[in-house]
Amino acid sequence: MKEPTIQIESLSTGYRGKNNVTVVAHDINATILGGQLTCLLGPNGAGKSTLLRTLSAFLPPVSGNITIMGRNLKDYSDKELAKTIGVVLTEKTDLRNMSVEDLIGLGRSPYTGFWGTLHEDDRRVVAEAIEMVGIGSLKDRMIQTLSDGERQKVMIAKALAQQTPVIFLDEPTAFLDFPSKVEIMQLLHTLSRTTGKTIFLSTHDLELALQIADTIWLMDKEKGVMIGTPEKLASDGSLNSFFSQRGIEFDIHNVEGSLCIIPRTK
Amino acid sequence: MKRSLVPNMLIITALILVLFLLNVALGSVSIPTRAAWNILWGATDQDPIWTNIILKSRVPQTLVAIVAGAGLAISGLHMQTVFRNPLAGPSVLGICSGASLGVAFVVLLSGSIGGVALSRLGFAGDIALTVGAIAGALAVMALIVYVSQRVKGNVTLLIIGVMIGYVANAIIGVLKYFSVEEDIRAYVVWGLGSFSRVSGNQMSLFVTMMCILLPLSFLLTKTLNLLLLGDAYARNLGLNIKRARLLVISYSGILVAVVTAYCGPINFLGLAVPHLCRAVFRTSDHRILTPACVLMGALFALACSLIARMPGIEGALPVNSVTALVGAPVVISVLFRRRKEDTAE
Repeated sequence: MKEPTIQIESLSTGYRGKNNVTVVAHDINATILGGQLTCLLGPNGAGKSTLLRTLSAFLPPVSGNITIMGRNLKDYSDKELAKTIGVVLTEKTDLRNMSVEDLIGLGRSPYTGFWGTLHEDDRRVVAEAIEMVGIGSLKDRMIQTLSDGERQKVMIAKALAQQTPVIFLDEPTAFLDFPSKVEIMQLLHTLSRTTGKTIFLSTHDLELALQIADTIWLMDKEKGVMIGTPEKLASDGSLNSFFSQRGIEFDIHNVEGSLCIIPRTK
Repeated sequence: MKRSLVPNMLIITALILVLFLLNVALGSVSIPTRAAWNILWGATDQDPIWTNIILKSRVPQTLVAIVAGAGLAISGLHMQTVFRNPLAGPSVLGICSGASLGVAFVVLLSGSIGGVALSRLGFAGDIALTVGAIAGALAVMALIVYVSQRVKGNVTLLIIGVMIGYVANAIIGVLKYFSVEEDIRAYVVWGLGSFSRVSGNQMSLFVTMMCILLPLSFLLTKTLNLLLLGDAYARNLGLNIKRARLLVISYSGILVAVVTAYCGPINFLGLAVPHLCRAVFRTSDHRILTPACVLMGALFALACSLIARMPGIEGALPVNSVTALVGAPVVISVLFRRRKEDTAE
C-alpha cells in the first residue's frame, strides 16, 4: 500500500508575471507515499501554500515535473483532476442555507451528470463519507450553524465523497481550538490508514505534526525541503537547525516514543 | 426543509394566478369583474371598449410584468452567486447603466443633432429606444466579459463594473446638459421604468424572447451550485471558472439588456427577489432557487404593477417607486424573521 503516489522532480514553484517569473521555491525532489499522512511545516512565506497550489494544479509549475499516479500532472484534464485530487482549504466558505449533507453531495459533482442530481450510488458514497468522518449527527444541520472544527470535518467529508486517491489540505487546523486540532489530525491519520489515500497537509502545529504524521517535510526559503520521519528529523539535528536559525532554540525530547518540544530558556 | 418545497411553490403559483386576474380586472377604468373574466375567455358580446382595454392594454401589461419580473430575479440570482455578494444585482455591473446610456444617446442626440424630438416620433421612436438600450447594454456587457477573462478576483471585477456604471452615468449627464428639455423629459420618463410602455407587436416579441431566454437559466444550475463553494473548491471539483463566469455573466447580461430595453431600468426587484426566495425556501440550491426566482419574480412584479395602477391613481405610478416602497419592507421583515430563527437554532 505504501507506494509513491506523487513524484516531484526538480520542481520550482512560483508565479508568472507579464515579463518576469517570481520563484518561491526551487529544485524540490521528493515522493509522497500513499496510505500515509505527510505534514508540510515551515515558516510563513516559505512557500507552503504555493507548493500546495502547484501540486493541486491551481498553478502551473515554473519548471520541473509532478507525476501523480504515474501520469504527469499537466496531462490531466479538469475532469480527471477532479477525480484524482481532493482539496480542503483554509478559506472559510460563506455558504448559508445549505445542509451538511447537500454540501458533501457537491463533492460528487465530478461524477454526476448535467443537472448534478445524486443517484443511489452517490448517496451511498456521501453516507460513507459522513460515517468515516463521524458527523452523522450534523447531517441535516445548516452550514452556517456549525463551529469551525465541524465545518472543517464537513470539508474533509466532501473531499472523501470526491473519491480521490490524493487529498491535499492547506492548514486544515488553523483557526481551531486545541482539542479540535488534535481531533482533525487524528482523523486524517486514521483515514490515511483505513482508505490508503495519500494525505498531504500544511500546518503550523509543529508538535502535533511531529506526534501524528508519518512523514514530515520541513520547508525553508534558503535550505529548501528536508524530508524524513519525525524521529529521524529530530535525531539528526535537522529540526533543531531548522528552528534555531531565527535565534530561537528548542530541546527535543523523546518521551516514551512521542516527541516533545521545549523552548530553551536563555 | 424539503417538505415545504411543493406547498410553497403551489402557493406562489396560486398567488400569481390571483394577481394576474386582479391585474386584468382592476385599473383606472372600472370594468365589472364578470365582464373582464368573460372577455379573457374570448367572449365577443361585451362592450368593445372594455374588450379593447383588457386585450390591448391590461393583458399585455400583465404578461410583460410576469416575464420581466422573472428575468430580473434570475439575473439577480446569478449575479449574487457568481460574485458571492449579497448586494449584487442586475444593475451592479453597469449593464443597466449601459442600457440607459444607449437610450440617452438615442433620445438626447436625436434632438440635438437630428433636429427632431424623438418623443414626437411615436412608433419609430419606440423602436429606436429599444435598439439603443440593447446596444448600450450589450456594449457594456461585452466590456465586462472581456475584463472578466483578464482579472482574477471577483471583487476587482465587481469594482470595475461599478466604475463602468459611473462612467456611463457621467456621459449621460453630459448628454443631458446639451439636450433640449423635451428630450430630457422623455429620457426621465423612460428611466422611471414601466411595464406598460411595451405594446402590440413589440410586446409579443418581448414575451417570446423572454420565454426562450428564461428556460436557458436551468442549464447553468450545476455551474452555479459549484460556484457557491468559492472559486478554488469549484475548480477542484472540475469546473472551468473562466468559462463559468463568461457564461453566467453573458447570460444574465442579455436578460437584463432585453428587460431594460423594453421596460426601462427597473431597480430593486433583481436584488430583492433572490433574498426572498432563499429565506422562504431556506436553501442555496439553484435547482430550487431558479424556479423559485422565476415564480417569485413574476409575483413581485405583478404585485407592483397592480399597486402602480390602483383605481383612484390617475395614469400609473412609476414602477420603480413601487418596487422599492413595497419591496424593501417585505424583504427586511423576511430577513429579520430569518435572523431570529438562525440564532434560535
